[in-house]
Order: sequence, then structure tokens, then C-alpha cells
Amino acid sequence: MKFLETLINGFSIGGIYAMIALGYTMVYGIAKMLNFAHGDIIMVGAYVIILFLPINPVVAIIAAVVLCALLGISIEKIAYKPLRGASPLAVLITAIGVSYLLQSLAQIIAGPNPKLNNLFEKLFPKFLETHRGGIITIGSFNIKLSTIITLACVAVVMVGLTLFVKRTKTGRAMVAVSEDKGAAQLMGVNVNSIIMITFAIGSALAALASTLMMLDGQKFAVDMGSLPGIKAFTAAVIGGIGSIPGAMLGGIVLGLVECFAQMAGFGEYTVAIEFSILIIVLLVKPTGILGKKRREKV
Amino acid sequence: MAMLEVQNLEVCYGVIRAIKGISFEVNQGEIVTLIGANGAGKTTTMQSVVGLIPKRSGSVIFDGHDITKTPCHKIVHLGMTQVPEGRRIFQELSVYENLLMGAYSMKDQSGFKNDLDAIYTRFPRLAERKNQIAGTLSGGEQQMLAMGRAIMSHPKLLMLDEPSMGLSPLLVDQVFEIIKDINKDGTTILLVEQNAGKSLAISDRAYVLENGEIVLTGTGSELASSEMVRKAYLGG
Repeated sequence: MKFLETLINGFSIGGIYAMIALGYTMVYGIAKMLNFAHGDIIMVGAYVIILFLPINPVVAIIAAVVLCALLGISIEKIAYKPLRGASPLAVLITAIGVSYLLQSLAQIIAGPNPKLNNLFEKLFPKFLETHRGGIITIGSFNIKLSTIITLACVAVVMVGLTLFVKRTKTGRAMVAVSEDKGAAQLMGVNVNSIIMITFAIGSALAALASTLMMLDGQKFAVDMGSLPGIKAFTAAVIGGIGSIPGAMLGGIVLGLVECFAQMAGFGEYTVAIEFSILIIVLLVKPTGILGKKRREKV
Repeated sequence: MAMLEVQNLEVCYGVIRAIKGISFEVNQGEIVTLIGANGAGKTTTMQSVVGLIPKRSGSVIFDGHDITKTPCHKIVHLGMTQVPEGRRIFQELSVYENLLMGAYSMKDQSGFKNDLDAIYTRFPRLAERKNQIAGTLSGGEQQMLAMGRAIMSHPKLLMLDEPSMGLSPLLVDQVFEIIKDINKDGTTILLVEQNAGKSLAISDRAYVLENGEIVLTGTGSELASSEMVRKAYLGG
């Protein structure tokens, strides 16, 4: 039972990493930049939820997703678009700058102390009356309702995003832009709007990941996006940055490693183990597990 | 009537003037070729006309629209597209998906099925391989796909940049036959080629580009018999 519980938790945590990693990998694939402010979108999403929670929990979640998507678009327009064609280092430093800006703004507005959230209590008050701690027990098997919701959300997002990319005109245009911007333009694709859509989707997914973290009882803190952000970035690189299935795989791998390391009693070393896996993958296959080597075009 | 009118086009890479103020035109229904050696500025000219690289000065009029400052994707919607140098098909997409991308700019998708059938009839190899990932096609097949993809958007003007590059002699002949066919169906063609002999043979008119300047112009047959072109581009 312990094994099964760990496995399920691994998929759930890994699913959240995967959701965040998708934002990194899609933006990298299409805009060819590492958006290190991506993790902080999670924090903004959490803050929006806390802000709107007194009104209605569902409204709060929708507001977080919509506002984060708009924030992603604005960040791209204001900070990254003027640097299109500039050296990758300038863009990278700008992204780190945006990350600090978001954290500092949040600190000014929300204060430095972590805040508790009661999203789960607000969403499922009845359920909590019958199930202490939101845990469902079947025999000796325990599972949190938030874990079930997370697994369901992650599955829907992965299937939905895959279908979107494979089956829709916009999705195909995204693949085309990530492979060859010039050729995509020659098909009549407006690269700027594709980049905008990519930032919107990535940021909306970050907000959704944030919702799932809050549902699991995560406290709001201004740096709450940093570690999940870096882990998700690691997941994206392990899976092969630029590859959508790669980000999904990398996230799940990382989540499973984390949970099984904890089960085996290496709790304090999980982060070290995760980054060691990154190093090993990069040594064995520098493009990541599902990454493809691409010919650079001039 | 001039379908494409390029005037005093100047393109610079940093301080280097790659194109030094050239003027040329392509009339409706014509096949026009720019010939020139490696580095003469052929590809630069093509890419700046279609809006992929910025122009320093000059003007480009296409089908009555001033497109000097128009971004590439909007130019494509006006009815001009290009088969770029090196084909640049979408390697990760299937043959069919590449052709779908070709029709991206079409507002009316009702003709898609017919267009697709027409492409598969013109290029039977593509029909056989429609579900294959395009990156696994041979060079010749990729060139066919690049041409098929471009005509999916029903361009009024189709530009082809070195379509014969890297192909076997048999395939080169086939490519030039297809270009003639596309032209017969009513598409105006602007061609860039190093294969001066073959391209002059199918061209109504041609321009010779040297170091970013047009040094000679005339009908295809005039240029093919010109002393200078024979010496420089036709091997004596």
C-alpha cells in the first residue's frame, strides 16, 4: 500500500511539475528564450486566489488563470519583445530581472510573511465534515481528494494540449514557428501572435499549477514559485527542452524520484538527487530524453 | 502590367551593402529569373522582397499594393509566397500537415480538398507518402513538397530560390518542367538559380546580378546567347 500511495503521489507532484515545465518548454521552443520569470507566475496566481477567495473559490481560480495569462502576455510585450533578435544573454538577464520585480512587487503589496490559504475548505466544506484532512480511506489505502483532483487536471491538460498542438490550425502553426520562423512566415503565420498565444497558455498553466498547489495546502509566500519553477525547468531539460511530451515525461520522472526518495528515507536529499539526475541525463544525452538535435539555420 | 515592381532596392547587413539599389520588374504571367554567382545577392533580394529581411531603402509594389514595409505574413496573404532556399519544409510535421500549413493563409477552406487532390496528382510521390514525417523524405521529394506547400496558398506570384540545388540531373529536369507547368496554370514566377542554362531556357526575361547590382538584362534567349553570360555562367 505504501508503494502504491507513493507512486500515486509521485504522479500527482510530477504532474504539477509537468504543468509548469510545459510553460518553460513551449516558450523556449517558440521564442527561443528561457523565461525565468515563469516560476513567479505561480506566485502571482496564488496571490490572486487569496485575494478573490472571500468572494467565491471558483471565481478566484478563474481569475487567477485569466489574470496570469494576461500577465504573461504583458511581460512578453513589455520586457521580451523589444529584445527580439538581441543576444540570448540579454534576454536571460531580463527574465531574471522580471522574476525579481514580480517577487518584490508581491512583497510590497502582500507583505513578507507567508499566508495560509483555505481554498480546499472553501471548495469542499461538506467533504471535510465526513473526511478528516480531506483524505479518503479504503481499507489501509489513503488518498487525498486534492491528489485525485490533481491527477485528473493533469491528465486533462496533457491530453488537451496534445490535441490542441496536433489537431488545430494554431497548434500546427506553433510547431511550424518552433521549427522555422521564416518558413512559417512564408505560410502567412503571424509569429508575434503565436508567441503571444504561447505565453498566454504557459502562464495559464502556471496559474492552474498554482491552484493545485494551493488545494494541497501550500502556503502563499512571495518566493513560493522559485523552487517549483527551478524543478520544473529541470524537468523540461531532462525531458528535452522544446519538446512538449518531453516536459510531461520529465515532470513525472522528477515527481516519482522525489516521492520514492522520501519513502526510502532520503527526505533531506531529494533536491540533490533530482539535480543529480539532471546532470546524469545531460552527460548521457545532452538534448534530454526526448529532445532532438536541430540543425541551426541562418 | 507589372505584377511586381522593385525600385532602387538597397539591403545592408550592418555596414555591408549587400544589395546596392537594384530595380527590376515581373509582369503578369511571366517567368523571370535572377541569375548570379554565389554571394551575388540573389537570396538577399528574394528575402527582402518578401519581407523576411528589412530593406534599407527603395520600394516594392506588388499587385498595386506598396509592400515596402509590410511584414512577411501579410505579404503572403496578398498572394505572394516563396519556396525558400534549402526548401525549409517542416521536418517534424507529416507531408499532409506541411500541405495544411501551405493553406494556412486561405480564408476559405472549402477548396482545400480539391487543392490537396491537385497537389497529389501533380506529385504522386507525395500522395504515397502523405502520412510520412517530412524530415524522412529524400531531397527531391522535399523539393516537391516545398513547391506543393507553396502553391497550396494559390499565389499570384511564386518565388523560387534555387529549386534545383542539390538534386540529381533527372530531378532537376523534372523541377523545371513543374515550374513551367505551374506558370501555365496562371502563376507568375520569379526564379533565382545558379543553373543558368536550364533557367534561361524557360524564362521570358532574366536579370544578371553581380555583387549586389544588376549588370545585364534581356529575354531568356538573349541572355543565353550573350557572350558575358556564356563565359561567366554557362561554362564557355
